[in-house]
Amino acid sequence: MINATLKQLSAQLAAGQVSAVELAAAYLDRIALLNPQLNAFITVDRAKTLAEAAAADARRAAGNATALTGVPIAHKDIFCQQGWKTSCGSKMLDNFISPYSAHVVEQCAAAGMVTLGRANMDEFAMGSSNENSFYGAVKNPWDLNAIPGGSSGGSAAAVAARLAPAATATDTGGSIRPPASHCGVTGIKPTYGAVSRFGMVGYASSLDHGGPIAQTAEDCALMLNVMAGFDERDSTSLERAKEDYTRELDQPLAGLRVGLPREYFAEGLASDVGRIIDSAVAELKKLGAEVVEVSLPNTQLSIPAYYVIAPAEASANLSRFDGVRYGHRASEYKDLVDMYEKTRAEGFGSEVKRRIMVGTYVLSHGYYDAYYIKAQKIRRLIADDFKAAFAGCDVILGPVAPTAAFNLGEKSGDPVQMYLSDIYTLSVNLAGLPAMSVPAGFADNGRPVGLQIIGNYFAEAKMLNVAHQFQQATDWHTRAPAL
Amino acid sequence: MSLTHEDVARIARLSRIAVTDAEIEAVGKQLNNILGLIEQMQAVNTDGIEPMAHPQDVSLRLREDAVTEPDRREVCQAVAPQVEKGLFLVPKVIE
Repeated sequence: MINATLKQLSAQLAAGQVSAVELAAAYLDRIALLNPQLNAFITVDRAKTLAEAAAADARRAAGNATALTGVPIAHKDIFCQQGWKTSCGSKMLDNFISPYSAHVVEQCAAAGMVTLGRANMDEFAMGSSNENSFYGAVKNPWDLNAIPGGSSGGSAAAVAARLAPAATATDTGGSIRPPASHCGVTGIKPTYGAVSRFGMVGYASSLDHGGPIAQTAEDCALMLNVMAGFDERDSTSLERAKEDYTRELDQPLAGLRVGLPREYFAEGLASDVGRIIDSAVAELKKLGAEVVEVSLPNTQLSIPAYYVIAPAEASANLSRFDGVRYGHRASEYKDLVDMYEKTRAEGFGSEVKRRIMVGTYVLSHGYYDAYYIKAQKIRRLIADDFKAAFAGCDVILGPVAPTAAFNLGEKSGDPVQMYLSDIYTLSVNLAGLPAMSVPAGFADNGRPVGLQIIGNYFAEAKMLNVAHQFQQATDWHTRAPAL
Repeated sequence: MSLTHEDVARIARLSRIAVTDAEIEAVGKQLNNILGLIEQMQAVNTDGIEPMAHPQDVSLRLREDAVTEPDRREVCQAVAPQVEKGLFLVPKVIE
């Protein structure tokens, strides 16, 4: 049961083979057993979870169940959830019991999904290794010495370790895809604006994307059906009709044009990761795909552009943490400014402080044009690169990260080295395109490696189709770590 | 270009983050490393390129000028550090 997909759990619940309460209890027991070593969850509340599960069973008995009623889910601790601590991985919000729920949380609850707990993450989603959490690093279930990837490391590790069948997550510069890749699970971030940001604690608003992590592409499609949709409380939510993301899953791939960006296979890509991506491409060719070479010439510039735009937006977003309306407040101060400065010095971790300061600097008088406007112009060049590439292909394939998961502590002392590990994911956020990671093999050190699938705007159903067909032909997504 | 200790102190002040004298050296070094990374942008000619603020060139929606939020003051203030008679308390601002 613990290895079942959402699709299978949905069928078992519908057939009455298992109840939502039994299912929730089984996952809670497994969390109690394994979370002490993995640290994938910040908050677990057995009584609350079992009450939600009992309500789901009652709903099913009353004949009002949806496909996912009674299916358990872990929420990344960035999504506000009424009555639950929503810490965002920060000391700043360690005492914050949210008075309201994010749209994503509301949607999952409306479908009858049962909250298993709140997944660990890098503080305010700033990090690539999940070592920046106030609650300590998450461990990779495949190798406890490895990072799980960040910032949605708790979500990915929970699904990989079968502590949850699916989890919500967010992706601002890659935070869904590298964790999914490093933990051997499937994750997707849809087109910017497809999932509401209402109640998702803001990091860099023009780059923040919500999305699911699960075992399979089919499960991700089921989750997107629940999570996506217009929400008027998010000013950039897309006003589009609800779509069924499962609708193209079973289509054959004959004639699919797959673009391989030469910049993604250049210097810097580890040879074992390169071999895994090559075999995945060969597999898709067997399924009828045609391969074309494309170019994304400004890929390298995505790093500097991202590390201007994201900190700039973060410095504005995180100004709300002032010790006045919610969250931490310093215990001693001499005046208002002193209270702000001490509250924020105590409440934020070092990476968050760094990004706020970088953002403050690039937005400050005399530097705005040289940094912020310049970065926005480069953002346009990067988006135009993708536009040109998609003129010749249906999806773009490549690695998610240059290497398999690195060791805990390996890069935590050098922020710039850490930033460079997101080379293949940042540009996608700058463009606002949908992208996903699909398990594709294991590196020489035995750690999982994911294949990245990037689609054009609103091409989620096509990407999920490619991923699903790949998963029908391979079994990487069914491998689970020995724990 | 390299930030001096005075620059770092000014940025910290603008950011409303207390940075102690003991921390300033290390913080400055890391900020300078990051700014060095960012400098790569200056090598690219971007004349005539329109800045892109957002993935979709969306305009803000208008809605009816109607009340959409209920009064939830007590619930929202329950998570505030210091509240009295429905007001958020802060250190004295005006003498």
